[in-house]
Amino acid sequence: MSRALLYDATVCIGCKQCEGACATQNKLPYNDTVAAEEVQSEHKFTVLLTKGDKFMRRLCMNCQDPACASVCPVGALRKTAAGPVIYEENRCMGCRYCMLACPFSVPKYEWNKLLPRVQKCTMCPDRVAAGKPTACAEICPTGATKFGERDELLAEAQQRIRDNPGQYVPHIYGLSEVGGTSVLLLSSVPFEQFGYRADLTRDALPMYTYRVLSRIPDFVPLGGMVLGGIWWITHRREEVAAVEGPQAQKTPGKKEREQ
Amino acid sequence: MKMKLTFWKLVLFALLAVGFYSTVVRFTQGLGRSTNLNDQFPWGIWIGFDVLCGVMLAAGGFTLTAAVHIFNIKRLHPIVRPTILTAFLGYVLVCIALMYDLGRPYRIWHPLIMRNPHSVMFEVAYCVMLYTTVLSLEFSPIVLERFNLQKPLKIVRAALIPLVILGVILSTLHQSSLGTVYLIMPEKLHPFWYSPLLPVFFFISAIAVGLAMTIFESSMSSKHFGRQLELPILQELGRVLVVVLCIYGILRFEDLLHRGVLKLMLHPAYEMYLFWVEIALSLIAPLLLLSQKKVRSTAQGLYLAAVLVVLGFITNRLNVSITGQESSAGMHYMPKWTEIAVSGAIIAVGFALFGLATKYLPIFPEEQAPHTKPAMPVVGEASLLGHAGD
Repeated sequence: MSRALLYDATVCIGCKQCEGACATQNKLPYNDTVAAEEVQSEHKFTVLLTKGDKFMRRLCMNCQDPACASVCPVGALRKTAAGPVIYEENRCMGCRYCMLACPFSVPKYEWNKLLPRVQKCTMCPDRVAAGKPTACAEICPTGATKFGERDELLAEAQQRIRDNPGQYVPHIYGLSEVGGTSVLLLSSVPFEQFGYRADLTRDALPMYTYRVLSRIPDFVPLGGMVLGGIWWITHRREEVAAVEGPQAQKTPGKKEREQ
Repeated sequence: MKMKLTFWKLVLFALLAVGFYSTVVRFTQGLGRSTNLNDQFPWGIWIGFDVLCGVMLAAGGFTLTAAVHIFNIKRLHPIVRPTILTAFLGYVLVCIALMYDLGRPYRIWHPLIMRNPHSVMFEVAYCVMLYTTVLSLEFSPIVLERFNLQKPLKIVRAALIPLVILGVILSTLHQSSLGTVYLIMPEKLHPFWYSPLLPVFFFISAIAVGLAMTIFESSMSSKHFGRQLELPILQELGRVLVVVLCIYGILRFEDLLHRGVLKLMLHPAYEMYLFWVEIALSLIAPLLLLSQKKVRSTAQGLYLAAVLVVLGFITNRLNVSITGQESSAGMHYMPKWTEIAVSGAIIAVGFALFGLATKYLPIFPEEQAPHTKPAMPVVGEASLLGHAGD
């Protein structure tokens, strides 16, 4: 039941209407200066990159099992069942662990504000909840950005690669990167050319920390027992020595013993 | 002596003044103006130094209380108090430093009610909070004794062993968890430092630093108060330090070997140089020094080795939190002067509080008897500053 976006760079004409629609949707400023910016920032959640006649979008990948949500100590970031990874700003205390943890370095910060927020594309959660496509998908004149069920979009992406093998690099970016993402990408040139890392693990990142964290409930009582046991043994030895050794009896506290 | 105190007084004043100015900048202008942090580099020295190193340097607290109260090594008893004092001050200062770094520091209590048990940061927050409470209780007998409050003293003493055990468990958890924090970024942290064993490395090195800090403090207090630990105790600490460093070194090497990173060690790069600085300071130099009988049997030699270990592991924490992030961030991070000023002022406050506490509270065992005189209120401020640099 998870919704997703499929962006097919070969269909894209680079009109940047997705950028404008995104800005309107998120009440962000948008003009020629902003349009010329080629990096995601706290005031630009999606970027359309142009290299010659090739295009590529960058936006929050809305991971299936997002690192940002897993590391947030206060649960300000959350993956919804519908697909979007949302941000509740009144929970956030500004530790910025999400920015470090994100394998795509998507979350941005309002560095110049006194009470800053984390900012990122949240896949238009209100629209998605209402059954509507995201703003960027709705406005796209060529259907390069398509909104739908993740499973169906995946099948479609595979079909497109199969039908036109020469036209695509044989890889759906987001199919299995960091456990899969809700934004799927198709391209005719390697994704690295647009800054997408090719070396990302196929594991969902939250597992990396959780397999350590999940041991804590066992560790606490066990550690307590072991430490208590050691304490009991070392002090019991002392008591025994105090009773058995006549010299020790006089000054049991100060006696130095070999460990 | 008088001259020296005046000098340290000046240093303290300067650090506090610059720190105060930076504080004003931070809380009126925001993080953007007061730091060199940005979207590519969201964590700087306030996390890398103040928090990571701060917590590590305070590790003596749990190491020593465990050795004395759990393992019943009575020889070490005389240094428990100064170590607990350092640990307590360390954690308080870490919490203060965190208030600078958090974008919205007034929400620092949010983890209390908004829990995400999958987050390492959440676990660290809870452990640090609880452990600071435990440390304040472990520290309380010193204050209670000073004011001769027998009833609460009795209660705290009765609860001492459970408190110590709780403290050791909490410390084990969050010392290692500060390493776990970086497990989520396998692609971002440089392979010299990213390892599935990060939590283990952070924990073992915390013990090493805890021991080294104890040696270091003993020498510092001998310089400024004429009191220090007996040589046999220092030697004992030195011996344990060697064992801990060896275990750490072997694990570290095995880890680099199995991850196939050894070849990078000779491949010139920015990271390689800082990696070698870290390894030389934290492992090679101290182990070479301590292998010499002349060094490990004298207080000065042990002091030197301890300082190297502390510097080496500070380098390690900065490498993990800063050096190792730079290539994936695609930029070099240099802290802004305001960031350094805040860290400097926090350290200065730490030294000043340590000096004050040793002056007015029965911290060192010898002091308990001749402690009678100072008329606190009037002399208060002057003597505070007098001991500033101690």
